Amino acid sequence: MNVTIVDYNSGNISSVINSFKEVAQGKVNIEVTSDLDKIKLSDKVVLPGQGSFKSCIDALNKINGLTDILNEFAISNKKPLLGICVGLQMFADIGYEETETKGLGWISGKVLKIDNQNGKFKLPHIGWNQINIVKNSKIFQNIENNSHMYFVHSYEFIPNDKNVVSATTNYSSDIVCSVEKENIFGTQFHPEKSDKIGLKIIQNFINL
Amino acid sequence: MLKNRIIPCLDVKNGRVVKGINFVDLKDAGDPVEQAKIYSDGGADEICFLDITASNENRDIIYDVIEKTSKKCFVPLTVGGGIRSIEDINKLLNCGADKVSINTAAVENSKVVIDSSKKFGSQCIVVAIDAKKNGDKWEVFTHGGRNNSGIDALEYAKQMEENGAGELLVTSMDRDGTQVGYDIDLMSKISAKVNIPVIASGGVGNLDHLVDGIKKGKASAVLAASIFHYGKHSILEAKQYLYSKNIPVRI
Repeated sequence: MNVTIVDYNSGNISSVINSFKEVAQGKVNIEVTSDLDKIKLSDKVVLPGQGSFKSCIDALNKINGLTDILNEFAISNKKPLLGICVGLQMFADIGYEETETKGLGWISGKVLKIDNQNGKFKLPHIGWNQINIVKNSKIFQNIENNSHMYFVHSYEFIPNDKNVVSATTNYSSDIVCSVEKENIFGTQFHPEKSDKIGLKIIQNFINL
Repeated sequence: MLKNRIIPCLDVKNGRVVKGINFVDLKDAGDPVEQAKIYSDGGADEICFLDITASNENRDIIYDVIEKTSKKCFVPLTVGGGIRSIEDINKLLNCGADKVSINTAAVENSKVVIDSSKKFGSQCIVVAIDAKKNGDKWEVFTHGGRNNSGIDALEYAKQMEENGAGELLVTSMDRDGTQVGYDIDLMSKISAKVNIPVIASGGVGNLDHLVDGIKKGKASAVLAASIFHYGKHSILEAKQYLYSKNIPVRI
């Protein structure tokens, strides 16, 4: 099996690579590439993302044909794809970080700044927070409710259809922190930085 | 609910831990990778490396240390010490660091924080503030505490937030190494001044100091070195103690 981590200059992805390689233990091939043919032929795709919504979308668009290949992979061929952090946020129709930016539009909704309630809540939301599992997602197999995950973000994804939400976390309000829509999965938290429990989520995705 | 973080810090010189855990069962007490693994297995919420290597020829060793550690520890890794440029930051992040902490370079050239937070995202840019009390204010020191910039620490903290820092690592130079507790006054004033998380550092001698850093100092995270290194307390003990004082922690 081939799992491809999309390398599109979206910031630091070494932790994502390390964690997937740790879980794969050489039994599953972990490819890190922006090569369109390799992405097309892989069994699963991981879409990481750090920095701003706009910078990630810009970086995706800079690689000719990449969004088309991702669309084909996730939407037409319905193969499993995991978005992490801004990787998840980009599923939305539109994001408002820096400036209004069009997203991939895979899961209808928008990405807005977390309401810090006039400074009552510090931003970014950095650190370990518990997830409240609201839907039995395949990547949460053997993950206990209220497990701690590592977060670092200032923006939140607000999907129109709440049925896609698989977990929320409480910070200022109940923030969507995991989604599942058919073959498309996303986590706002960083499973690659969430210790053993995070690696378990990665394992679940690889095992899909 | 967001938990308060406990961050053990390892001082690394020429690729070796200089203040470290003094456990008898350690194969190599100077190996930073092994020590970091003990901390992450023990429940550390993040691990901080402070590179105190003085000579330039040995500065590259830290990259190798980070690369090895990041393949074994799956919690956030922060690296500080000697970071001067965007290129230094890029190299550390590529080796597996999740955040970098910038001290002297942030004082000398405001563009470093502005540009790096734009390029890599605020989430990985920590500005380290070494502050020393002078009369009724605190001044920012650089070069490992050797040079006084004369800059007011509170104003500087606000400026760094505006420049794009994601977090502030605030060390009281008056308290560092004394084990008499954090400078609570400094921590609470900076914490009230900015809307980004503050990590308290410098002066921890017992578990009550950690409690004070969070409750009175209003820090989001507490960093400590010696109370963990010499086996005085484990990370778990610290967390259980904080929990008993109604501080939310990840156990």
